[in-house]
Amino acid sequence: MKKFNPVIKVKGFATKHSITLSEKTLAKKEAASNFLTDLADVMLFILRIIRETFSRDFEFREFFRQCFQIGYKSLPLVSITGAIMGLVLTIQSRPVLINFGAVTMLPGMVAVSLIREMGPVITALICAGKIGSGMGAELGSMKVTEQIDAMEVSSTNPMRFLVVTRVLAATLMVPLLILYADALGIFGSWAGANIKGDVSFVLFFNQAFSHVHFMDLLPAVIKSFFFGAVIGVVGCYKGYNAGRGTESVGVAANSAVVLASLLVIIVDMIAVQITDMMVK
Amino acid sequence: MKTNQTDTSIIDKPVIEIKNLKKSFGQQEVLKDVSLTVNNGENIAVLGKSGIGKSVLIQCIVGLLIPDSGSIMVLDENVASLSRKELNVLRQKIGFLFQSGALYDSMTVKQNLVFPLRRIKKDLTEKEIDEKVNDVLENVGLADALNKMPSQLSGGMRKRISLARTIVVDPMIMLYDEPTTGLDPVTSDEISSLIKEIQKKYKTSSIIITHDIKCARNTANRLIMLSDGEVFKEGTLEDFDNSTDPLIKSFFQA
Repeated sequence: MKKFNPVIKVKGFATKHSITLSEKTLAKKEAASNFLTDLADVMLFILRIIRETFSRDFEFREFFRQCFQIGYKSLPLVSITGAIMGLVLTIQSRPVLINFGAVTMLPGMVAVSLIREMGPVITALICAGKIGSGMGAELGSMKVTEQIDAMEVSSTNPMRFLVVTRVLAATLMVPLLILYADALGIFGSWAGANIKGDVSFVLFFNQAFSHVHFMDLLPAVIKSFFFGAVIGVVGCYKGYNAGRGTESVGVAANSAVVLASLLVIIVDMIAVQITDMMVK
Repeated sequence: MKTNQTDTSIIDKPVIEIKNLKKSFGQQEVLKDVSLTVNNGENIAVLGKSGIGKSVLIQCIVGLLIPDSGSIMVLDENVASLSRKELNVLRQKIGFLFQSGALYDSMTVKQNLVFPLRRIKKDLTEKEIDEKVNDVLENVGLADALNKMPSQLSGGMRKRISLARTIVVDPMIMLYDEPTTGLDPVTSDEISSLIKEIQKKYKTSSIIITHDIKCARNTANRLIMLSDGEVFKEGTLEDFDNSTDPLIKSFFQA
């Protein structure tokens, strides 16, 4: 009969668990290292964008083309979203405000909500879906089909031509789209208020804007520029650094939307905190 | 079949000189020690199995990839020591035909051709640009494709337009990355003829990366076979035809 040896048992247990622990540690170390490498890559990408933006030979023609693509071609989507946003917010808030006897506050409440928070965030999320995925897919497919390399060998800086123009166009166009969505949202709100009530257009707008102050608009506009920049940088980064297979185009588009949407929410949270501190 | 090695327009002056080139991707050593020379006016075909590093070789020549060691001299310039600006000037003298054609999807055929022309030949007027574009399109036999989008073109037409885009800026050196891959035999022959015509008309020196022996026979003055990251054999078509080496025989009898 084999004799029970507690020392061997303990040694075996310790060895087995130390191997498992060291494997887990190595996996975590690799994950942390990958994360830091990715972060450094993003930082270098942003630095290159800044450097190329201020270099000579800015691609004005491509920049205006991108402004048209991003701004004008997003108008139908942003129009519908903006109008529905105001309409729904009004229909949902009206019964509660009636209960409190504060239905006259409806235009002001909707206008402030739309301008400060809902307009910028929802429009930015819509733009992250449309513009971010478009950039990720377009640049990703250009990478896969060697079009970026072709540009490089024909003495054109693809970073300046493809990335800088798109990032700047998104940074400029997204705030304009947000302001446009806000305006349509208030219009939608007036339409919503007239479903069960009767309020004139002029009165509704007068009441709405009597509650909106400069400090409601300014932080919203400032954060909109950051939303645009985030959408542009993420879309371009994911597309420009896509892999070589066709599968990577889908991955680039998908991850651009997910990351851009997440970063929009995070930037919004930071902007709200800063605004809150400034107002105090 | 006629060989091209007796071409009198070839001058014994190297335009590309590669010495002891090494390139790895992670642990994988793709090019271990490659040395070759391309003389002025000469077409050389680089043969080898898929994945052997043929495309990597020409990507190193235009600076799309940075070699681990070794030197690449192109038109008496050391590619590794050039600044980005100097490299762009050198690239203006090199035409690169990509395996996929790499036409810009969002542009028409005309815009594809005008794109490098406006950037490289900045002193041309709009009229001269139009004339040049029409001229190269006629040379590749696609004058009527001017306003078509790349998605409306067949594989062979895309290759021709891509070829037109590279020659429109009058390069001194042409690098062809598998120019006949994925094409039917008739179109492959047409592309091979175009490569020969370009050599004659534009006085270019070329490296043709291929595993299409027929294309190599039709276009090259000299052949180089890569194997295991090194130059396995270099010589004329006759040298390769007469070789008893099993690897070369397997290629040439396929």
